[in-house]
Amino acid sequence: MSDARTDTASIVERIRPVAAGGAVVAVHFLGDDAVFVLGEEALHVWRDGEERRVPVHAGAILASAGDGHRIVTGGDDGKVLATDPQGQSETLASDPKRRWIDHVALGPDGIAWSCGKQAFVRSTKGKAAPERTLDLPSSAGGLAFAPKGFRLAVAHYNGATLWFPNAADAKPERLEWKGSHLDITYSPDGRFLVTAMQEPTLHGWRLIDGKHMRMSGYAAKVRSLSWGPGAKWLATSGASQLVVWPFAGKDGPMGKAPKILSPSEHRICAVAAHPKQEVCAVGYEDGMLLLTRIEDGAEVLARAPGAAPIAALAWNASGTRLAFGTEDGEAGVIAL
Amino acid sequence: MTDKIPVTVLTGYLGAGKTTLLNRILSEPHGRRFAVIVNEFGEIGIDNDLVVGADEEVFEMNNGCICCTVRGDLIRIIDGLMRRKGKFDAIIVETTGLADPAPVAQTFFVDENVGKRAKLDAVVTVADAKWLKERLRDAPEAKNQIAFADVILINKTDLVSDADLREIEARIRGINPYAKLHRTQRCAIPLPEVLGRNAFDLDRILDIEPAFLEQGNGHDHGHAHGHDHDHDHDHDHGGLTHYHDEHMQSFSISSDKPLDPDKFFPWIQNLVAQEGQKILRCKGILSFKGDPDRFVFQGVHMILDGDHQRPWKDDEARVSRAVFIGREMPEEMIRKGFAECVA
Repeated sequence: MSDARTDTASIVERIRPVAAGGAVVAVHFLGDDAVFVLGEEALHVWRDGEERRVPVHAGAILASAGDGHRIVTGGDDGKVLATDPQGQSETLASDPKRRWIDHVALGPDGIAWSCGKQAFVRSTKGKAAPERTLDLPSSAGGLAFAPKGFRLAVAHYNGATLWFPNAADAKPERLEWKGSHLDITYSPDGRFLVTAMQEPTLHGWRLIDGKHMRMSGYAAKVRSLSWGPGAKWLATSGASQLVVWPFAGKDGPMGKAPKILSPSEHRICAVAAHPKQEVCAVGYEDGMLLLTRIEDGAEVLARAPGAAPIAALAWNASGTRLAFGTEDGEAGVIAL
Repeated sequence: MTDKIPVTVLTGYLGAGKTTLLNRILSEPHGRRFAVIVNEFGEIGIDNDLVVGADEEVFEMNNGCICCTVRGDLIRIIDGLMRRKGKFDAIIVETTGLADPAPVAQTFFVDENVGKRAKLDAVVTVADAKWLKERLRDAPEAKNQIAFADVILINKTDLVSDADLREIEARIRGINPYAKLHRTQRCAIPLPEVLGRNAFDLDRILDIEPAFLEQGNGHDHGHAHGHDHDHDHDHDHGGLTHYHDEHMQSFSISSDKPLDPDKFFPWIQNLVAQEGQKILRCKGILSFKGDPDRFVFQGVHMILDGDHQRPWKDDEARVSRAVFIGREMPEEMIRKGFAECVA
């Protein structure tokens, strides 16, 4: 295991450095272009070594989501924007009270955003679809669309709400669990819903019967979650080891122990599962980046420790490029 | 530690003058840039794109500590504000008149991400000179706000007589003798008295007003001030009326002998785990045996935070001192426990 870390100069040398020009808070691919979301005002686009800045918000960029074709961002200017691969931005919504856009989500059939205790969706099927609003019991902690159809999951205090915006009369379904739920993610097969909580723990529900799953043991709040190919596992940050929960069986991780891989002295702060292979990119607080094979824990060093924590990681859809960015604005793209 | 953004929390019962103080802070030419978290949009008369509306969402933590609550909205807002780091020098959090300051303060200790980037500078409470006495009788929130404060502005002093004012001050002292008191009209106060107080104003512990020390000396069991006994009547010392609040008490403990950290930490952790519900706030400056640095700690209910502050100066007396403010605290037990921590 430890030998693998040293014998990898070839990958480290493949880093193409990117001058992001500000703290990176997220990264997404538009096709094969790496798009770095900065903490303030702009996206920084890298296309085969060419770089350019695309201004989007008049202030902080608080949330972003991408689906390979466009990137949706929400800002403290109260705007929701969509940016396409040509770098064209379109304003999708403006909050009339100029409230912060806390969260955004992109789904197969729509987009969603939230301001405090209100969540909004708009269908992207058909033209000029109306905006729909859902009032929540407390501020949204996170938003996630189901992998299929037009349904939105919202994390909040004491649980999550499943909303079917097109079923006008249907009451949103409430999943209860005490505490403050933040990030939220559907398993790509639609069977499970997982939230990261204010406490250093994950909570999950099996959607068919609402059965609870508690996934705990972290040192810190879990801020990065990534599903492996085929929804077989979920990789997570928040510990000084890569914690990988098994989701292949019908009970998910219930009664099973997670895989614990790639231990370090430093905490893991970002993870990104490879889209096709059983491999996860793992970013540490000291700026180190590893590629870890889930099956046996074999590791390849992708970036040596640097000055600041890895803040963002993403693969392109085919898994041939990995982009990373740090809290102090260092960034790069690795071609594999 | 130094690059953390200082956060000032403004509290005060309804109508005491919080918004007046806030507008004053924002409009005076001081060259500092503030991000302001307000509970009601629109009351601020200043154009500033770093004014954020908050929802005051108080969340319970499932961490086995029953009085542990945090402000969920504050965690989210500070996270967002930090994306604009460099655009402001300090954060001011205005709370609603009925708010308990504990969840706000606890947020800075409980949320790692917030605590890494921001530090509580001081809790500033604005009190209405005309109505405070009544509020202390009928509004537990008002009493909490006084008990929690590092700095108290007795505002609207033009509406009461001098004698009334002295009595109000004595009432406040009966609850919280450690806060810095200021008399104001329309919240007129030099801003350095309110902002940049540094680390919850810990050094105040070491320079409690001399008048207080003198009053206490006759009957304070050899400790720093005179609130360490359980009277519930008023008594008079040299013309100053001196109250003991029936619900809220405070006391300080000190030792000239260095403490043993291996005794102190288990003791204080156990103390707040057992009695934290009764302890609103505690703070202290400690001298540990063989340690050249001052160790400072502070706590809110069951949550403690501490760090090495700076080396003791050569001419500084290495005295360990801690203060406790709370309700029905087991004072004798705490004093005995502290004394047993001497190395």
